[in-house]
Amino acid sequence: MFTSTTNRRDFIKKMAKLSAITAAVSMFPGILFAEEQERGLPKDANLDWKKAPCRFCGVGCGVLVGVEKGKAVAVKGDPKSTVNKGLCCVKGYHSVMAMYGNDRLTKPLVKKNGTYVETTMDEALDLIASKMKETINDHGKDAVSIYGSGQWTIPDGYVASKLFKGCIGTNNVEANARLCMASAVTGFLTSFGLDEPMGCYEDIDHADVFVLWGNNMAEMHPVLFSRLLDQRLKRGVKIIDFATRTTRTSMAADKSILFLPQTDLAVANAICYEIIKNNWVNKSFVEKHCNFSKGLTNMGYGLEDKYKFTDKPEKISFEAYKTFLEDYTPEKVEKISGVSAKDIKYMAAYYGDPNKKVMSLWCMGPNQHSRGTWMNNLIYNIHLLTGKISTPGNSPFSLTGQPSACGTVREVGTLTHKLPHGVVMNKKHREFAAKIWDVPVENIDPKPTYHTVEMFRALDRGDIRFMWIQVTNPMVTMPKLKRYRDAAKKEGRFIVVSDIYPTPTTDIADVILPSAMWIEREGMYGNSERRTQYFEQMVEPPGEAISDTWQLVEVAKRLGYEKQFYYNKETHIEEIYAEYRKHHEGKKHNMAPLKVLKENSGMQWPYVDGKPTKWRFNSKYDPACSNGETFHFYGKPDGKAIIWQRPYEPAAEEPDAEYPYWLNTGRVVEHWHTGSMTRRIPVLHKAMPHGYVELNPDDAKRLQIQTGDRVKLTTRRGEIILPASVNQRGVPAPMQVFVPFFDENMLINDITLDSFCPISKEPDYKKCAVNIEKA
Amino acid sequence: MPIKSYLAHPHKDKKEELISAISQLKQCEVVPAENRDILVVVTETNSKEEEDDLRLKLETISSLKLLAMVSGFDTPQKN
Ligand code: SF4
Repeated sequence: MFTSTTNRRDFIKKMAKLSAITAAVSMFPGILFAEEQERGLPKDANLDWKKAPCRFCGVGCGVLVGVEKGKAVAVKGDPKSTVNKGLCCVKGYHSVMAMYGNDRLTKPLVKKNGTYVETTMDEALDLIASKMKETINDHGKDAVSIYGSGQWTIPDGYVASKLFKGCIGTNNVEANARLCMASAVTGFLTSFGLDEPMGCYEDIDHADVFVLWGNNMAEMHPVLFSRLLDQRLKRGVKIIDFATRTTRTSMAADKSILFLPQTDLAVANAICYEIIKNNWVNKSFVEKHCNFSKGLTNMGYGLEDKYKFTDKPEKISFEAYKTFLEDYTPEKVEKISGVSAKDIKYMAAYYGDPNKKVMSLWCMGPNQHSRGTWMNNLIYNIHLLTGKISTPGNSPFSLTGQPSACGTVREVGTLTHKLPHGVVMNKKHREFAAKIWDVPVENIDPKPTYHTVEMFRALDRGDIRFMWIQVTNPMVTMPKLKRYRDAAKKEGRFIVVSDIYPTPTTDIADVILPSAMWIEREGMYGNSERRTQYFEQMVEPPGEAISDTWQLVEVAKRLGYEKQFYYNKETHIEEIYAEYRKHHEGKKHNMAPLKVLKENSGMQWPYVDGKPTKWRFNSKYDPACSNGETFHFYGKPDGKAIIWQRPYEPAAEEPDAEYPYWLNTGRVVEHWHTGSMTRRIPVLHKAMPHGYVELNPDDAKRLQIQTGDRVKLTTRRGEIILPASVNQRGVPAPMQVFVPFFDENMLINDITLDSFCPISKEPDYKKCAVNIEKA
Repeated sequence: MPIKSYLAHPHKDKKEELISAISQLKQCEVVPAENRDILVVVTETNSKEEEDDLRLKLETISSLKLLAMVSGFDTPQKN
């Protein structure tokens, strides 16, 4: 490509600026350069600023979007938002640019004889409806499915669930949050009987100590992490990074403790052992508010098709639990985990100190774990034993990755076993949903069908013949990807993909629908702290693009469900939200009315008597508590939370002589998940242009590998070549490598393993065995 | 034709003063961090001598505590 000298100088200037910004970001996590973004604003801009939640992560920052002449041209943090108090991260500042990539999908495309042909939206929707009817007639209702997203708005997920579960009568509804949050959900349900955190971000302003469990917050939740650093400046709080890899978070933390993959299970038990041994148990809290239970062990890893597992909980005594923990003395656990007994005692002492408020934060580390539910339970155990829960600053806090993993997937219930309120297995819950949906209760199947991995396996086997994929990119994110890519291409499968750009997932589609993105339509997201945030339509979508909600409504009408999908085009979001709120009425989950959402930077549920509930299960803050005590874990029939006996068990695949390294995968700050949006934002793409493999410097030296060298990674699923990164952004521990998954040209998931937590069915993307060599 | 980028750390409470002092130098572009006392400074000069000169000027600004170079490039002359 020809570049003039002046252009080249400009380019080099930009690169120089970017290098300095990147250096600043790695030295001072959470640092923000807002002006750099505002510099791109048109001169004399007469901008109309409108509020929205950020399009990207589950932190759910409030942003103000500057609109000029029908185009969104700028973003700044909303100073009125209690989430981010005016701050934004690099993704947030550039978010509007994601709408204006050159290759936006603007017309529906239908595959004919191997090539995509443009068609009208009406024709495309007719074709989808007729294919669905044909598939149901030929193969039954459980042959059609929908796979959605934690980036679905609340109305998108709601109408999908109503159409598939309520009208068609199949539980083939799943969403990509299965891949990131399912273990958090099952963790909450098993420990407390109700999903989602009891606390809120305000805990950050009260806690004295933060323990980050396998959570690279500096890159994944940058604005929240800057709030932690701010508290350190103001109040001298302690930040402990407990991880398998040295990251920007470790570098900014007061203490970085590394553990061997999977052994967090053992360390959490050792912390509980120490708490009991040193008499740090909050006895009155435990006696009044906790039960002890154990479940089945040696559950397997879900590697085989049609794998099934149902736990059999059994009550145990405190004494039995104490005896179980004898296997987890810090000295014994040091040998398994590589964490010194001293460091285990150091962490335990903070949790045990009655004068220190402790906040535990975690996200993908404990969740994408072959014992993810157990890991969530174990962190709750620590907080329950010490009574450090549901009070300002004492908070086990499970963070989410996506902007509406909580709002849409967990609260609307777009998972195979879920309904907006309750589960399909429960007759009362089915009756309740059927009444609101205006469908016969018999329509709702009492049996869950497939969780995500099994749904794609069913597509491979031919049990599923039709799949509609919206706002997600499974052909980059599914583990052991090659099997599922081949499955989607098989004869007799019909795939619809709704998206805004071409992706490896649109490559497998028979019909591609162009979607309206974020503020090109109206909607709501729900973030990590139970906050529901509304956004209005600010600009027109391009070409024939329409919202995912309206795509589903139109197809539902074509399938004959006009009565249930009675919504008016102009007012459908308001109507859908009003209907959805009925599912959650009552003190335990009431959602704020739309008017309140519009007037505020979001509102937390339960919203009772005109007020949000900041700390659930604590009678001082939560009107749903009714046992006359300070705490009431009303998700469980007897009002008590459960402390679970969960052992350490190895991962599904561990390094051996043939594949001697651990392979860990994850994200980077610049890119939103698979990069389909952020790779179209030049400044982010330039800052992080392609995938790489991080090596430990000693391993690299031994293998004579330097940064930039080509490295071949081989697992039992296949091989891939990636450029090396040594001593750059992150540093894995010896005999471990890390690869980010954002790069569709370097599909690391082709070689990952599809093992999952048997309870949550969430895959373990953090652990499999790999061999590495210089290519 | 050198292009360089630096991280500039101001003395306590002197961030604004430092921004304004550096902004007055025509070869400099300043990008202040919003929430930290750090500035990114990009310099563009025509020769090594001019670059050295500029660096001297920068280092004598009283509100500057520390100037740390991050990257340096040399490009062909403008036409
Ligand atoms: S931290 Fe998350 S929500 Fe906040 S601006 Fe960044 S990407 Fe958006």
